[in-house]
This record gives sequence, structure tokens and C-alpha cells, in this order.
Amino acid sequence: MEWRMWLQKIKDWVDGYTVMIDADMYIANRKRREKWDWRSIIDFIYEKDLHKLHNTLCVMCCVAFIGVMLLVVNDLPQYGNVNNPANNEVSVRYVEEGLEETGAVNLVTGMILDYRAFDTFAEANVLFLSVMGVLFLLKTDKKNDDKQQQMVRKKDAEMEAIEQKPIRQIGAKYLTPFILLYGIYIVINGHISPGGGFAGGVIMGGGMIFYATAFGKEKMEQIFTFRSFANISVGSLLTYFVCKSYSFFTGANHVGWEVPKGVAGNILSAGLILPLNICVGLVVACTMYGFYALYTKGDI
Amino acid sequence: MRETIQVILIVFLILSAIGVSVTKNLFMAVIVFMGYSSIMAVIWLLLEAPDLSITQAAVGVGVDSILFFLTLKKIHQIKGTEEG
Repeated sequence: MEWRMWLQKIKDWVDGYTVMIDADMYIANRKRREKWDWRSIIDFIYEKDLHKLHNTLCVMCCVAFIGVMLLVVNDLPQYGNVNNPANNEVSVRYVEEGLEETGAVNLVTGMILDYRAFDTFAEANVLFLSVMGVLFLLKTDKKNDDKQQQMVRKKDAEMEAIEQKPIRQIGAKYLTPFILLYGIYIVINGHISPGGGFAGGVIMGGGMIFYATAFGKEKMEQIFTFRSFANISVGSLLTYFVCKSYSFFTGANHVGWEVPKGVAGNILSAGLILPLNICVGLVVACTMYGFYALYTKGDI
Repeated sequence: MRETIQVILIVFLILSAIGVSVTKNLFMAVIVFMGYSSIMAVIWLLLEAPDLSITQAAVGVGVDSILFFLTLKKIHQIKGTEEG
């Protein structure tokens, strides 16, 4: 009669009796599983009596790390030696034919915006993605807000209205145009003199931050809103992409689609380096100002 | 002359690097870090890397310290303001 019992059990299971009984029994008899904490092994470090040991261990770790780093530095090839692995045919090619191939007098710009333009594109994308991350976290709108934050912001606005800052305001009024002009100069002369898109963009962003600290939110919103921030960053990234990706569609060496290089040393020369520099500078300036604006008032 | 200036700058660089990690006042640490960045910019210039020098001066002294000050303001560590 074994099989008949099994049949009964299966029938009960189909009807749902046994499951209920088993579940009740399980719930009645279950125990909380004890969590094993890995910190229990090294708990002695947190004892107060062994605080000195903790400090000594810290210092010893730091000294060991510094020692390893100094050993590695000691094993590096000598600075300025001719036979160093860095002195290979790549740098020789860049130094000898870089001016002819890229048209840029500043070879560093020629390297990062012509030979290695895709690396720079990825760097600009990294900046853009980082400001997007900050935007997702810190931007205040209807769904990302509560009463405490509103109170804090209201208080800040009141404080800012009362606060007298004559030195900063006069300084910003007279210095900001020159700072912006200097940044634009560095960006536009990136392929002739030292500098380039990143440095000039940071200087432009710094000028905008200076103006925003002196004159506050409302004055800045008249010239630079969230919409212009989004348009400028996305537009420059897309322009960069279009300028550099034409070599994909015309074959690897863009034979027959050469951009004219012009006379080296002129501002309108060096092919596509000038527009690429301007794109990088705009993205960097927008990113820097975006960080500042999102940190202070949660909005651009 | 040039080597003397370089040695003086590197000594100041090491001193300010130690100072940043030793000081307990966070506000002071940011200001010493600004000094570190400007010394580093001059050293890049002496090593004949003007591109890096401009970027170091703009990022290290300008934007980095602004972001540090904003963070200190958020965690109420600047004395003399309303938050204390």
C-alpha cells in the first residue's frame, strides 16, 4: 500500500494541504541564521589599550610604501639618458615630421589633437559624463527636493542678498572680461603657443565662477542658463565627433580628403586642430562652471 | 643660479606636501595645497613643459581649491561663516 500513500500525498500537495502545513511548521520552527562577522577576527585593533599599536602600524605601513616607491624610482632609467626606452622611433618621427604632417607649431597640441585625437575625444567624454553624474545627484527639481533643502536655500538667498562684498564685485566687474579674453586667447592660439583647449577652457570656467561668486545666481542666469549649458556641451562634442570621424568613412588614412594645412604659424592653419581646440575648450569651460553651480545652488 | 632656485623650490614643495598631510585645520590644508600647486607650476616651467604649467596653475590653484572650499562649506568646516 506504499504507492497509495504516495498518491494521497501527491493529491494533498495538488490540493494545497501539505504545503500549508509544512509552511506553518517552517514558520513556527525557523531560527534566525546567525551572521558571521569578519570583523570579529580583527577586533583587537579597536581596543583602546592597543591604540598605540594602531598608530605604529599606520606609520610603518606608510614608511614601507614610501620605501617601495623610492626603490622603484631608483630602478628607473636615468633622466636624460640617450639609451632610454622612451627615445624610440615614435618620438623621433613626431619631432622630425610632426610640423609637416599636422601643421601645428606646438607639437604637443599636434600630438593630442591629430595623431591621438580619439584619446582626447574620450577625455572630453569623461568630463561630460562626470558633470552628468553630478547633475543626476545634485540638481533640484520637483521630484528631488524636500522642505529642509528649501529652507536652507531660502536662508542662503537671504544671506546673499544682505551680504556686502564690494571688493569682489569691483574686481569681478573689471577682471572677468580680461580673464575670459585670456582663456579665449589660449584656446585659439593652442597650435602656435603653449596651452590648448583644456588649459584655456579651465581659465574661462574660472572666470565665469569668479563672476558668479560676486554677482550671484540671477545675474548669471541672464547670460548662461541650463539650456545654453546643454546646447554648448552637446554641440561641441558632436562637432568634435563629426570633425574627426570623417576618416572612418573615407578609409583609414583619409586619402583624397586631406584638409589643407595652411602656413604654419598662422592662426588659420593646421587643418582641423583649431576647431577641435575650440570644442574642447567649450566643453571644459561648461563642465567647470557646471560643477560650481551644481555644488552651490543645485541648478545651473 | 637656476639649480639653486630649483633646489629651493623642491624643498618648499616637500615641506608643503608634508604640511598638507600633517595639519589638522582643513581650511589651512586647502591653502597650503594651493601653495603646493603654484610651486609645482613653476617647477613644470623650469622643466620646459609650459603646457603642463598653465594647466597646473589653472586647475590646481583655481578650480581644485574652489571645489575644496565648497565641500568644506557643505560640511560646515569654515570658521567665521554663519554655519560655524
